[in-house]
Amino acid sequence: MNLLNAPTLAQRERGLLLLGRYGVVLGLGALILFGALRYERFLSPFNVLSFLGYNSMFALVSLGMLFVIATGGIDLSVGAVAALGSVVSALASPSGEAWGLAAGVGTGLAVGLVNGFAVVRLGIAPFIATLATMLGARGVALLAAGNGTVSASYDSGFTDLGQGDVAGFPVPALVALACFAIGWVALERTAFGRTVLAVGGNEEATRLMGLPADGTKWAVYAVSGALAGLAGVVLAAQFGAGQPIEGQGWELFAISAVVVGGTPLNGGNGSVVTTLAGVILLGLIFNILNFENGLGTVSLSAYWQSVIRGAFLLLVVVAQAKLVARGSPERA
Amino acid sequence: MTDRALVPRPRRLSAGLALRRNGAVLALAVLLAFNAAVTPYFLSPGTLNINLTQVAPIGIVAVAMTLVIATGGIDLSVGSLMAIAGALAPIVYAAALARFGSAGLGVALSIALPVLAAIALGWLNGAVITRYRIQPIVATLVLYIAGRGIAQVMTNGNVQSFAQPAFGFLGLGRILGVPFQALLMVAAVAAGAFALKRSLVGRQILAIGGNERAARLSGVPVVRVKRLVYALSGLASGVAGLITVAINSSSDANLVGSGMELDAIAAVAVGGTLLAGGRATVVGTLVGALIIQLVRTTLIANGVPDAAALVVKAALILGAVWIQRQGRS
Repeated sequence: MNLLNAPTLAQRERGLLLLGRYGVVLGLGALILFGALRYERFLSPFNVLSFLGYNSMFALVSLGMLFVIATGGIDLSVGAVAALGSVVSALASPSGEAWGLAAGVGTGLAVGLVNGFAVVRLGIAPFIATLATMLGARGVALLAAGNGTVSASYDSGFTDLGQGDVAGFPVPALVALACFAIGWVALERTAFGRTVLAVGGNEEATRLMGLPADGTKWAVYAVSGALAGLAGVVLAAQFGAGQPIEGQGWELFAISAVVVGGTPLNGGNGSVVTTLAGVILLGLIFNILNFENGLGTVSLSAYWQSVIRGAFLLLVVVAQAKLVARGSPERA
Repeated sequence: MTDRALVPRPRRLSAGLALRRNGAVLALAVLLAFNAAVTPYFLSPGTLNINLTQVAPIGIVAVAMTLVIATGGIDLSVGSLMAIAGALAPIVYAAALARFGSAGLGVALSIALPVLAAIALGWLNGAVITRYRIQPIVATLVLYIAGRGIAQVMTNGNVQSFAQPAFGFLGLGRILGVPFQALLMVAAVAAGAFALKRSLVGRQILAIGGNERAARLSGVPVVRVKRLVYALSGLASGVAGLITVAINSSSDANLVGSGMELDAIAAVAVGGTLLAGGRATVVGTLVGALIIQLVRTTLIANGVPDAAALVVKAALILGAVWIQRQGRS
């Protein structure tokens, strides 16, 4: 490679990478502007707050997914783990808010550690390992719940975790926001975050540099499991019941949110802020569909939601692929 | 990196190697023996036929999935393609009947058009993957999400009753007492195994999975082969979707093929195909699909709840893949 040429190429690639990464923020801004201009109640506190409360569960699993994907892995078990977390936390909820929370998060953490064990110690491909734990967690959730839903206690304050608010702001949204703040610091400002990205970029090199590659992989699966368990707690608290069959397809929602947020699946990259933007953007598609139906100009069934989401995902990945191809001509 | 596909592996015979090579077959034999001894009426034609009927759609999809995985890819959209094909069949039949007034033509079109649509969508998966160099998991995730939505939009989410006797043969018919779809599955396995072992395209598929760059440099038409395997996966999904509709005499876009991608991938993995690509066994996939089916029947027949069967399935997948891994390291 031409040494004189290298920096400009790198700069160019960096610029395009930034565009690919923050394009989602532009898209989100445009969508919010569209909604605000078109629908009277779009920015009403009720719509905004219920939107944030509902989507906080997806935000939590997407954050965990981001860390796993940044190491070059994948976690298919998050939806089933959220379902399991919701059941276990609902079962524990009569003992109090803290117990319910701890039980849900702890269960998620435990499944995350199983994932870590299967991926790191047994050397099984993350896709298969977490596919198996997805089935296992779903089975355990159904067994624990006796194939039905488990009512959460309304007397112990547990449901505040999903339905309560602090100064008018829904608790689950605050929880999700706090997790994203911590996640941002962890990924962008700590040695752990740098090791996560290093493992995703080149695992062998990371290991040769003496960085704890294995420990980091254990950690990301544990984090993803714990966050999925937390999402389960929010689910149980929000709807007053642990729901063993909920959470189907959450893993794929989370993967799309991460990808729409500009993080490629091959690892070594990852952005917490744009993942949040990706979650909000995918959620907004459903919200805007509801408003559009409310206007009466069109009548699109809820089924259109997944068609539009799929089309959107395609648009984003094709645009990203084109940017990458232009950024590095030698790869094209 | 050595290319497993093209370099013949030396045959060393040891007990451990034999176990790893034939672990899946052994597990199947143990399951069969256990069931023959313990499960009542297991060897009756009725029970065997139910097992064959249930495993056929998974087996058919899993054969094509084996080819996709052999190229180093994956296809998450199979269940959604099944739903689209399943949703199309009654619609096409009704339209053809109204237009041409011939039930025979209606059945022919209600089989041909949905399968063609599924092939086209599968080819589209391959086109997106090769044209834009998008990872297969993301590219097929698009149709996984959108595909079921398309099927639901087409039917408004309603269950369509479809009890056409001739069409029903796909899922309910018997030839010499054997369910028709089981014969279809056997044909798919035979065709897949032959293609992979004996044909040029099979060699090319394995070469791509082993080392794509090397394959391209040695003149393998990588783009064409990849599009072919995803189109074949669409074909298999379309057929499996029609079988499912025929079995139920109705088409429910919410349910047809739901979770199929995971069952098919699990069958491939348990059967001993390398998920990274480059080494694949179609017969192994059939064994994998049979194992997963038998585990479920065994547990249910012996009073274990369906939910516990999920946990066992999870342990089975992890165990099988781990044992195979021991052979490589």
